[in-house]
Amino acid sequence: MNAPKGLQESLPPLTAHEALIEANRCLFCYDAPCQKICPTHIDIPRFIKKIATENRRGSARTILESNLLGATCARVCPVQELCEGACVLGAENKPIAIGRLQRYALDSVPDRGPSMIPIAPSTGRSVAVVGSGPAGLSCAGELARRGHSVTIFEKRELAGGLSTYGIIGLREPVQVSLDEVRMIENLGVKIENNAELGRNFQLSDLRQRFHAVFLGLGLGATLEMAIEGEEWIVDGLEYIEGSKLDKPIEIGRNVTVIGAGNTAIDCATVATRLGADHVTMIYRRTAEEMSAYAHEFEFIKLEGVNFRFLTQPIRVLTENGRVTGLVCVQMDLGAPDASGRRAPRPIPGSEFTIPTDQVVKAVGQHKPPLALDLARTNGYLTVNENLETSMPGVFAGGDAIRAKGTASTVMAVQDGKLAAAAIHSRLTSEAN
Amino acid sequence: MANLHTNFAGIQSPNPFWLASAPPSNSGAQVHRAFEAGWGGAVWKTIGPPVLNVSNRYGAWHYGGQRMLAINNVELISDRPLEINLREIAEVKRAWPDRAVIASAMVESTPQAWHDIVRRIEDTGADGIELNYGCPHGMSERGMGSAVGQDPYYCEQITGWVKDVAKIPVIVKLTPNITNIVIPARAALAAGANALSLINTINSIAAVDLDTFELTPNIGGKGGHGGYAGPAVKPIALNMLASLGGDAELKATGIPISGMGGITTWRDAAEFLLLGAGSLQVCTAVMHYGFRIVEDLCDGLSNWMDEKGFASIADVTGKSLPRISDFKDFNLSFQAVARIDQAKCIKCNLCYVACNDTAHQCIDLIESIGDRPHPTVREADCVGCRLCYNICPVHRCIEMVEIPSGRDPVTWDQIMTSQRAVTEDWEAMKKYREDHGIHIH
Repeated sequence: MNAPKGLQESLPPLTAHEALIEANRCLFCYDAPCQKICPTHIDIPRFIKKIATENRRGSARTILESNLLGATCARVCPVQELCEGACVLGAENKPIAIGRLQRYALDSVPDRGPSMIPIAPSTGRSVAVVGSGPAGLSCAGELARRGHSVTIFEKRELAGGLSTYGIIGLREPVQVSLDEVRMIENLGVKIENNAELGRNFQLSDLRQRFHAVFLGLGLGATLEMAIEGEEWIVDGLEYIEGSKLDKPIEIGRNVTVIGAGNTAIDCATVATRLGADHVTMIYRRTAEEMSAYAHEFEFIKLEGVNFRFLTQPIRVLTENGRVTGLVCVQMDLGAPDASGRRAPRPIPGSEFTIPTDQVVKAVGQHKPPLALDLARTNGYLTVNENLETSMPGVFAGGDAIRAKGTASTVMAVQDGKLAAAAIHSRLTSEAN
Repeated sequence: MANLHTNFAGIQSPNPFWLASAPPSNSGAQVHRAFEAGWGGAVWKTIGPPVLNVSNRYGAWHYGGQRMLAINNVELISDRPLEINLREIAEVKRAWPDRAVIASAMVESTPQAWHDIVRRIEDTGADGIELNYGCPHGMSERGMGSAVGQDPYYCEQITGWVKDVAKIPVIVKLTPNITNIVIPARAALAAGANALSLINTINSIAAVDLDTFELTPNIGGKGGHGGYAGPAVKPIALNMLASLGGDAELKATGIPISGMGGITTWRDAAEFLLLGAGSLQVCTAVMHYGFRIVEDLCDGLSNWMDEKGFASIADVTGKSLPRISDFKDFNLSFQAVARIDQAKCIKCNLCYVACNDTAHQCIDLIESIGDRPHPTVREADCVGCRLCYNICPVHRCIEMVEIPSGRDPVTWDQIMTSQRAVTEDWEAMKKYREDHGIHIH
């Protein structure tokens, strides 16, 4: 499953010498802000110091103690917003390349099974985890190391969730995700693939068979645009998935991407890297309101992508079974809406056509789609401080519980970890 | 522009930077190139009896991603035939009349052997002779090198044999592998040495290989101590240099000293000069970066001298020697405290943990809303140890500031003389502290 040329991991691994130099730049802050801001609170100065002393095994273990999916996080975390953004050397200097050092530490220890992560004696308790994305894998691994018997139910053919299917190879190769899945399995977790909640089994089945349940369901399908010709629009998530796995996708020569979030930027990246001549991103608001990270915006501008802000698509034009254009309307910004952002309004009579032969949409996903008998808040699953849903013994984490803007891989990992701690506490107090 | 011309015991060179006697000055071709690059002089790699070398020869100490903070070696004196070395010394000197060409020598401890080598060196036209009393490995096992430097009797005796016949200046190179460097220096002086040089390399074992458990360097499964040199030895060299400068007997003679031991930059060079060096020798830095480094050694030193108003090398030499003192003469009433410039502080809080765990617990972390806790010194409790200053990664963020202690200047020696009980009895000390407002928390 090699990524196509152009979408291979963009940053080369650090050589041992580069890592040593970089690790030695770290000041080893007393109360390090990088550790505080990391949602999983990895002891960053400690793992970096261990790289500096060439204790790579100890370094990897330090990371895994706080974050079992450290290899994924090292690649996909918005480090500029988190650890590296908080680095005290950032003020006048260059922050430590924490993400790349974390990747170095974990990559230098390929065998990340029980030899690295001790497994407690069996508790005789079993837990079902639904979904094998970062939240589910994290929860499953944390429970397994505490001695619980864990089974993951994954609806897809491959485990790993968005890390496997939804992160462009430029940032995380599929193999990194699959290696993490293997590591979780090595800790004793069983994974049942092609097993979908609501289709192959019900929540009630799990509650009968297991002592506790964790739901790491993620989000639903990409939202509908509800415009004429929508059937011609390519789903952004499928576009990315096709670029990662051996499922050839067609890349237009003149591609238009609808949306301005991180997924939209990934779609535009796929297009530029896989051969499109022109890529245009359209967004109904302005650069100010974009939900993509600032560094992602900077990245995609350097890819040569054009932006059309204040632009709303209203119709896909086709000719002889091929897309030929996207009719849009010009917008302006009115009063703030429910999200606090100024609401875009169409300017009457401002319709115009963007010539294009492929339209890709990345305009957000449906909230957790399953009609489970669980309480929700704004469409997301409601959980208490223990990440327990309204149904006792059923816990949840990851994108399914996180409102837009607060969801990320690393938050999902932390949710899984915290839920595992809560489940463990519940199961062990029940046992006594 | 400052004049870097150096007159060292009558040996002239256009600048004070000489290649130390070592691999960089192993051959005429190398010394030619060094002089082309601008070196003021070269002390030829030691010539003497036949030797056979080994491999591997060099170990090193790398730290924090920095290569070769120190090197150690088990290389012997020149393994090129004596005649070739002497011929090349003569050729180089003829080609470079304005540079200092000094032959380093080491022969068996007989008057005849020394008389012979001195005469042959003088025939080359060399400007001086350096007696290698320092080589700490191999040669010392044959009764030469540091075996001589470590014994003041031999040191004086052999220097005497050399002086019997030498017409050119004789420099005695001292070994640091000794308790008190002043003793062999006085011995050399007693025998009529014209100058001293120090330090030679220090006994050391560079490293042990954690995979093979072999010593580094590994010589066919064996290893042993070798001579240690490079940036890491500079403070040791400076101390030995200052010890000579602080010795009244040596000082009275005005004997010039050629300083070496870890000189890497012009800044190191200036420190050696300030502590009494009249010329400077460099090896490890050249072995790391090549002859070209002499350009910045001269340029940086010259700029610094201009900035400080020094016109010549002689003006700089020994400028800091009057500051050298002993603990007993330090002013016990001098008080400095650490001050942290909050505007510069990046809040790594290393000063806090260092002070709290290992010093005097006088730095607090102050919580602040919307920002990270920042370190603040409780000056009343600060003893002025300067640990935080040394740790702080930000340039001039922590300054040591002199504050009035409110006490008259006094030294330990004065207290010993005037109030001996205070130095012998804890009760008397307690009262002394109370009387003088000295609080130790």
